[in-house]
Amino acid sequence: MTNLERYLNIFADTFGIDPSKPADLEYQSIKEWDSVGHMGLIAGIEDAFHIMMDTDDIIDFSSLEKGKQILRKYDVIID
Amino acid sequence: MLDDNRVLSISPFSLAKREKQAFLAEQLHILTQHHYTHCPEYKKILDALRFNVSTVKSCEQIPFLPVRLFKEFDLMSIPRENIVKTMTSSGTTGQQVSRIYLDKETSAGQTKVLTKIISSFIGSSRLPMIILDSAALLKNREMFSARGAGILGFSIFARDRIFGLTDNMELDIEGINDFLEKHQGEEILLFGFTYIIWRHFYQELRRAGFHPDLSKGIMIHGGGWKKLDEQSVPPENFKTAMRQACGITRVYEYYGMVEQTGSVYMECECGYLHASVFSDVIIRRPADFSVAQPGESGIIEVISILPQSYPGHVLLTEDEGVIVGEDDCACGRKGKYFRVRGRLKDAEIRGCSDTYAG
Repeated sequence: MTNLERYLNIFADTFGIDPSKPADLEYQSIKEWDSVGHMGLIAGIEDAFHIMMDTDDIIDFSSLEKGKQILRKYDVIID
Repeated sequence: MLDDNRVLSISPFSLAKREKQAFLAEQLHILTQHHYTHCPEYKKILDALRFNVSTVKSCEQIPFLPVRLFKEFDLMSIPRENIVKTMTSSGTTGQQVSRIYLDKETSAGQTKVLTKIISSFIGSSRLPMIILDSAALLKNREMFSARGAGILGFSIFARDRIFGLTDNMELDIEGINDFLEKHQGEEILLFGFTYIIWRHFYQELRRAGFHPDLSKGIMIHGGGWKKLDEQSVPPENFKTAMRQACGITRVYEYYGMVEQTGSVYMECECGYLHASVFSDVIIRRPADFSVAQPGESGIIEVISILPQSYPGHVLLTEDEGVIVGEDDCACGRKGKYFRVRGRLKDAEIRGCSDTYAG
C-alpha cells in the first residue's frame, strides 16, 4: 500500500466514508469531521505513520490537502 | 479579530498592564462593534443603556452581560446555519442551562488559545493522559456540556488517552493500572473536574485501598468548589489529599466557564489564578458595580477576546473573587492574578462548569 492509499484510508475509516471520495475534505465540511472526529483522525495518522505531531500541527491540520503539507515535516511524503 | 495571526503569536503572559490594556481595548472595541451590528438583542441592550460603541477606551467601560442572560435568550451574532457546535453549561436536568453557539472561527480560536495557555504551563509535548471522567460524555457530538467541552479541549495534549471512569462513573482500576504500566517512568497528564476527581477518583482510591504511583503526574482540574464546599473540603486540602492518595505533586486548578471557553485562568505555582493576554478579570462592588480595588472582594467580571459568534466577550459571573495583584506575581507571569472565593450568596444556583448533580 502506498502512503497516499494509507492516508486516504485513514480518512475513510475515521469518518466512515467512501475511500474514493475524500479528495477535498476539510475540517467541519462533513458532520463526522468535528472536534471529536479530529482527535480520532490524528490518532489514526500517528499510528499509521509512527509519528507524533506537535499541538500546533494538530490545530493546523484543517484539510486533507493541508495535512499532506504538515506530514512532510515529519518525513512522511504523501503523493 | 482572532484569525489575526499577530494576536495569537503573543505569548500568553507577556504583556504588562499598559500594553495589555491597550491591546484589550482595541480588540474589545472591534468585538463590541461586531456584536452590536450582528446581534439584535445585544444592540437593544446597548441602546437601552445609551452606550455609544465608538467611545470605548477601556475594558471597564463596556457594559457587561450577566451570564444568566445566556440561559434566558438565544444570543448569537451569526446566521443560525453557521453554527457548528452548541455548548451548554450543564449536563444535568431540571435547571436551565446556558446555550452558547459557536461557528467555525470561534471554535477554532478557543482551541488555539486554550492550547497556548496550557502549554505555557506544562510544555508543548504531548503526554499520556488519563481523563478522570467517563467517555459517555462525548456521545452527543453536536451538543456538549461543559464537561464534554473541557475534555475535548484538553485532549489535544494527549498522546495516548484513556478514560479513568466507566460509563457508570466507576473507577476503572484495572484500566488505569494497565495504562500506568504501559507508560512507566513517563510524565502522565490527568484531567478532570474538581468534584468528579474528588468523588470518583480520590474517594474511590481510598475506599479500594489502591495507591497508583502518579508522582510523575500533572493534574489539571477545574469546574468549581460548590459541591466540595458542601462537604467542607477547602481547596488547600485538595492538593494534600491528592498527594497522599497517589503521590502527585503538580496539581493545577483552572477557572473558566462554558460562556468563555478557551481563555481559561490557570493557577500558578504560587497558588493564584492568572489572566492571560486573551482575557481579563475585573472585580466589581456588589452595591453599585463600580470597580473594586485590589484586595477588595467583589463580583467577578470576565473578559475574553474569543467570543465572535455570540456576545459573550464581557460577562458578569455569579462568583465572588478578589484581585491579589498585577504584573508582580512571584511566578513571573504578567497580568492580573486573583483568587475565587466561591459562589455569590443569593445567586441562582447555576450550572456553569459546576456540572454534576450526582
